[in-house]
Amino acid sequence: MSASLYTIRRIKNVVAMALSVFATAIGLLFLAWILWETLSQGIAGLKPQLFTKITAYREEGGLANAMVGSLILNIIGILIATPIGVAAGTWLAEYSSRSKLGPTIRFLNDILLSAPSIVLGLFVYTVIVLPSKWLTNGDVTFSGIAGGIALALIALPVIVRTTDEMLRLVPGTLREAALSLGVPQWKLTMQILVRAARSGIVTGVLLALARISGETAPLLFTAFGNNFMTFNPIDKMPSLPQVIYEYTKDPSPDINVLAWAGAFVLTMFVLALSLIARFVFSRSKVSHD
Amino acid sequence: MHATVSTAMPSAERAAEAARNAKDSRDDRLFGWVLKGCALIVLLSLVGAAGSTLWLGMDAFHTFGFGFLTSAAWDPSNDQYGALVPIMGTVGTAFIALLFAVPVSFGIALFLTEIAPQWLRGPVSSAIELLAGIPSIIYGMWGLFIFAPFVAEHIKPWLMNNFSADPPDGQVSWLVQHVPSIAKFFSSEYPFFGAGVLTAGLVLAVMIIPFISSVMREVFQTVPTRLKESAYALGSSTWEVVWDIVVPYTRTAVIGGVFLGLGRALGETMAVAFVLGNTFKLTPSILETGSSIASTIANQFGEAQGLQRSALMALAFLLFVVTFIVLLIARLMLRRLANREGK
Repeated sequence: MSASLYTIRRIKNVVAMALSVFATAIGLLFLAWILWETLSQGIAGLKPQLFTKITAYREEGGLANAMVGSLILNIIGILIATPIGVAAGTWLAEYSSRSKLGPTIRFLNDILLSAPSIVLGLFVYTVIVLPSKWLTNGDVTFSGIAGGIALALIALPVIVRTTDEMLRLVPGTLREAALSLGVPQWKLTMQILVRAARSGIVTGVLLALARISGETAPLLFTAFGNNFMTFNPIDKMPSLPQVIYEYTKDPSPDINVLAWAGAFVLTMFVLALSLIARFVFSRSKVSHD
Repeated sequence: MHATVSTAMPSAERAAEAARNAKDSRDDRLFGWVLKGCALIVLLSLVGAAGSTLWLGMDAFHTFGFGFLTSAAWDPSNDQYGALVPIMGTVGTAFIALLFAVPVSFGIALFLTEIAPQWLRGPVSSAIELLAGIPSIIYGMWGLFIFAPFVAEHIKPWLMNNFSADPPDGQVSWLVQHVPSIAKFFSSEYPFFGAGVLTAGLVLAVMIIPFISSVMREVFQTVPTRLKESAYALGSSTWEVVWDIVVPYTRTAVIGGVFLGLGRALGETMAVAFVLGNTFKLTPSILETGSSIASTIANQFGEAQGLQRSALMALAFLLFVVTFIVLLIARLMLRRLANREGK
């Protein structure tokens, strides 16, 4: 009786362990599958003209304008999101302890972190694209600026959260030491705390950059896309994910090959960024000890 | 005389100090306001996203009233719009995604916290987190070019042979003969077409596995070692420790993690835009094509005018409200564990 109960329990355990290993294998299998396809199909489409020619040439062209557009949009997004995000994160960590608003905003920021990006794109469409259309009599409709702002809204919660978390890791003795010397709080924040948490904050910015580099949905109705090279931020602007989206939908296999090549470049860029972010973060941990 | 000199000097100094203090506290206040203003932008963007989509969607809500939610008509040529098909598509794909992602994520979290040898945990969890870093458009491409044909070739024929009333091999299975109602969930107008609700749900499942499993792994690690060791000392097996100690201890947070994954799955656009098929027929079948709220917006907003644009905005508003509620529940449940940890 007890021997059979023991056997049942052991079998149950072995089955559960086996299923758990199997689940992990499934997760890793899909990762390998997706990366392998992106790699093999993408490398097949890699040609020098991918980086030198623009999408206006279609099959004979490349993705140069999309890459430049992505770079500009990401820079606009990060330039807007970083100061606002660091400031907001600093307020949450250093100033909000006695107010009710602080925990509420921290909570809502976590929700914004996973809010559907397409809705944020429509928000920017409503408050930037539509008004600029009326103000300029239709000259400026979709624009790189609008796309950059949409990306900034996605980067913002990432930066707010990491800044907040990193500042709260800074030891309180540092604050007390500075305040007891009569340093005003803004100087303490800017010159001591933010500096102490610098590599953590940089990690947050890099993670935000990795996140927005792959975003497609918010750009469809803000930056819109453009088949020509443009450096003008109030012009319609192409981006790598948006061109991949259009080229994937395209019925022509030659265009699909270009989409895979773009997907390869994009994936490598995003994965490299997250690796760098991890590296910066691991160094920051060492320096704290 | 001497005394007056010695008091005169400090009074000038004191005045300078007072001026400096006043300047410092003014700067401090200003600095605090600027920071607070930036923090309020977070609040503003959430309110703005809800408000702007509601404002532009008002037209559709007024025109169709409550019927907007219950009508299955989506017909731009007749300017008739109902949200039922996209809502069903969104909920259906997210449900299928959870059905697959939750057990797999649980298994991964279990493997990473209890089973795997120490040296394997780091690399495996980094690899799973790598899945979260891949842009969603890549999932969409992979879904369209690789996974949908795979489903059409291997998964769909098997499902249809066993569960549909109109199987490709011509032989209606024993199960369908006895439980005919099951067949309506597995019918398909185009048996050789890989896109559909099931395919989209599976792609979403792969996408949200890293989110759910990393939350589960983190909360499993918060279980006090002495609880687990007590159970082991009483002779429990690993599985019994997990099922009777770890899971009850972390239940709310685990559900929070699942809701977090659900929030992601509901709002995802690019991964499903290609593999859902973008049709607007109401069907209970998971092998049929359909459309989700996000994919409908992505596909139609570019050319939409007038009432159609308003209907799409109304859809976006619904999506935003639903994901907001789901994520709110997720965060509240996750916070409860964090509070307990602090005690």
